[in-house]
Amino acid sequence: MAANSTSSATPLLVSRGISKQFSGVEVLSDVDLDLMPGEIHALLGENGAGKSTFAKILAGVYRPTRGTLTMNGAPVEAYSPIHAQRLGITLIHQEPISFPDLSVAENLVLGHERGSLLGRVHWAGMERRANELMDMLGIRIDVTRPMRGLSIADQQMVEIARALVGDSRLIIMDEPTAPLTPKEVETLFGIARKLRDEGRTIIFISHRLEEVQALCDRATVFRDGNLVDTVNVADVSDDDIIRLMIGRSLKEYLHKQRTTIGDVALKVENLTLPGVFSDISFDVHKGEIVGVGGLVGAGRTDVARALFGVEPAATGKIHVNGSEVAIGDPSTAIDLGLAFVPEDRAVAGIFSSLSVEKNISAAVPGKITSGGIIRRALEHAVASDSVKKLRIRLASLQQPIGELSGGNQQKAILARWLLTDPSVLILDEPTRGIDIGVKAEFYDMIGELAAGGRAILLISSELPELLALCDRVLVMSEGRLTANFDRSEATQESIMQAAVPRSADQEVAA
Amino acid sequence: MSVTEKSEIAAAPQRESASARPRWQVMLIRPELMTFVLLIIALIVASSLSPYFLDIAYILDSFTLSAELAMVALVLTIMIIAGEIDLSPASGMALAACTFAYAQQAGVPIPLAVGVGLLTGLAMGLLNGILVIRFQLPSIIVTIGTLIFYRGLAQVIAGDQSIRVPEWFIGINRVLVFGIPVPVLVFVILSVVLGFVLSSTIYGRQIYLIGTNPIAARHAGIRANRIKMSLFLLIGITASIAGMMTASRLGSVRYDIALGGELQMVLMAMLGGTYIFGGRGSILGTFLAAWLLVIVSTGMIVANILPAMQLCVLGVLLIISIIATNFIYSRTQR
Repeated sequence: MAANSTSSATPLLVSRGISKQFSGVEVLSDVDLDLMPGEIHALLGENGAGKSTFAKILAGVYRPTRGTLTMNGAPVEAYSPIHAQRLGITLIHQEPISFPDLSVAENLVLGHERGSLLGRVHWAGMERRANELMDMLGIRIDVTRPMRGLSIADQQMVEIARALVGDSRLIIMDEPTAPLTPKEVETLFGIARKLRDEGRTIIFISHRLEEVQALCDRATVFRDGNLVDTVNVADVSDDDIIRLMIGRSLKEYLHKQRTTIGDVALKVENLTLPGVFSDISFDVHKGEIVGVGGLVGAGRTDVARALFGVEPAATGKIHVNGSEVAIGDPSTAIDLGLAFVPEDRAVAGIFSSLSVEKNISAAVPGKITSGGIIRRALEHAVASDSVKKLRIRLASLQQPIGELSGGNQQKAILARWLLTDPSVLILDEPTRGIDIGVKAEFYDMIGELAAGGRAILLISSELPELLALCDRVLVMSEGRLTANFDRSEATQESIMQAAVPRSADQEVAA
Repeated sequence: MSVTEKSEIAAAPQRESASARPRWQVMLIRPELMTFVLLIIALIVASSLSPYFLDIAYILDSFTLSAELAMVALVLTIMIIAGEIDLSPASGMALAACTFAYAQQAGVPIPLAVGVGLLTGLAMGLLNGILVIRFQLPSIIVTIGTLIFYRGLAQVIAGDQSIRVPEWFIGINRVLVFGIPVPVLVFVILSVVLGFVLSSTIYGRQIYLIGTNPIAARHAGIRANRIKMSLFLLIGITASIAGMMTASRLGSVRYDIALGGELQMVLMAMLGGTYIFGGRGSILGTFLAAWLLVIVSTGMIVANILPAMQLCVLGVLLIISIIATNFIYSRTQR
């Protein structure tokens, strides 16, 4: 472990042998970590590596199975979020949990207010205190406004301010930047640095390595429930960190298979859904992978949903394999040879309490029945064949799919759609929330599917994914298509340029 | 897929999937089990109260009183699994019985009058279905509305009078086939047919899918609206048949046939382990629960328990069944 500048100081929080088991499975083993006052400390690792579990133990959400935590020399014993908060540990949620109809000021002091005689609320005092906090953070939010209508970024600021009300010494930010625009990220970073300079400790959980490089002093990498290493961020490169996270470098994962590009499989003209997206035109050829980049909320998912008939567009034309079609609901889309792996797996993908087998066969009734009657042997064969092909890891085909890991659930959903033998496959953030190892398998599968002559529309917020896999990259911003890059033109910069919303006159120029 | 270099990845994440529960647990820990155990207990208690309970003919005879409601409860079970509910069929039984009786009293030949009753059933299902599916209203509210509406219509048609049905039409419950009263036989056959449909046909499978996750079902191309409409029609028809069977059993028709019967239907479905939020349940459960309910009710009458007390017991039974069902589902679903 590299020596670091703060090592001479007394640690704020000391973790020794912290371990956590869930129903007998150890998800975190013997974590020893010292958190120094006045540092920004990144926790890194794949999903399921244990970093979030560790953070939740610190915040009192989970009770460790073994091990001890010491804060300022005193052992931390009772574990509950309230207790942690009293000790000065606050967890900032990614999607802030607040009371949308109460004002910012009320949300700030909630749970901290001291009831006066008859529980009367000091409105004026409350607002004054709230304004002081906002000034301290250097942000401008009208504290009398209701939380509803505040941007996610502002809501996060309020959460951070809330941590200051309780004078938190340790502030844990779990993927705070995921829903933010680059400018909002900068503001957040400024505040984080300011808090650090006041001697507070910040734990920063993120998947974006460039943010870790920009913000953090030290980083701790988790892999498979173990703490792999703690490093000084200044001493290491991104590649070093990735190697620690996955045990080897990312380049080995991303490789695009060259495929021959055929006829147009999907052609979209002037697709419009008022208020959501407008004037979307593009095409996808057989054997081609077309990526769709853009910020969250740019309308990418809505276009996909329109194509699949979940929420059809108001105007515009869709051609599938050369003929114009009207897609009013998903079953029509399926009959036309479309398949859609949705973004939100839990809501639109899986039937959580039903078996993996039933999940896999859900979209292909014809393949498991004869005369409308389900043939169990047939269904079993179809499902186990898929499980083998996609290397889905499970204990039994009869297991409820909700028991599988995210990556394996996603594989099962993909398996469901591959059974329909689609000519056009729409993938909406297919690798979100799954491990890097399984991601690599997905990348290979997507490449193979394209090589097999399928047209693939890949919506992704991960730029390296788009750049490595796609033949072309479309970019959407505020419901419009702002770029259509060839493989050679697409770079992280060019995609981000096109993704960031502009004022109206610049848009015309683009 | 290039497999060789990936063997390492495949081996690495040991905690990818949780281990499956032992097979016996999957087999045994089902809500129907509770129903079955309760049924056995009820039989033992009841037969210690009265030796009649060891007489199969006595049990069958007692069951004819509930057979009509139990038939509808079977369809209601499927409805609840699909994520909807219909509280109107007990009123529907009365309305169909009244239109049937009114028609035959007005001189329409019996077979045609039965047709009128069946059409009434279809119409009631259609109205429920349109309100729930086309207008996207919650089925619990819609069918409370039609519960009142259908009962009111029945009263409009029949007034406060009893309408008599012809002598030869009376007494379906006294006709025995292989020693089994016809209503019980109809219930058993319907159970077998619906049980098969629900567990072994694609229609049944899709009902579970819709009830488990309607959004995912839509994404998987399942036409939920068609299926739900067919269920509303089916429960309407079933209610009309049950209503006319009741007419035959009673010998006359009044607007208050099966008054409050919707509660017994819901009770049967819940006691049978049907999950009120949809996606889970079985015909076997409701089948067992129907017998359980008959034995408990009859047992209480034999034991001379006050009618008010009997209601309390049924209410407690319903609450216990919902708690038990929820408990079992929360255990089997980690």
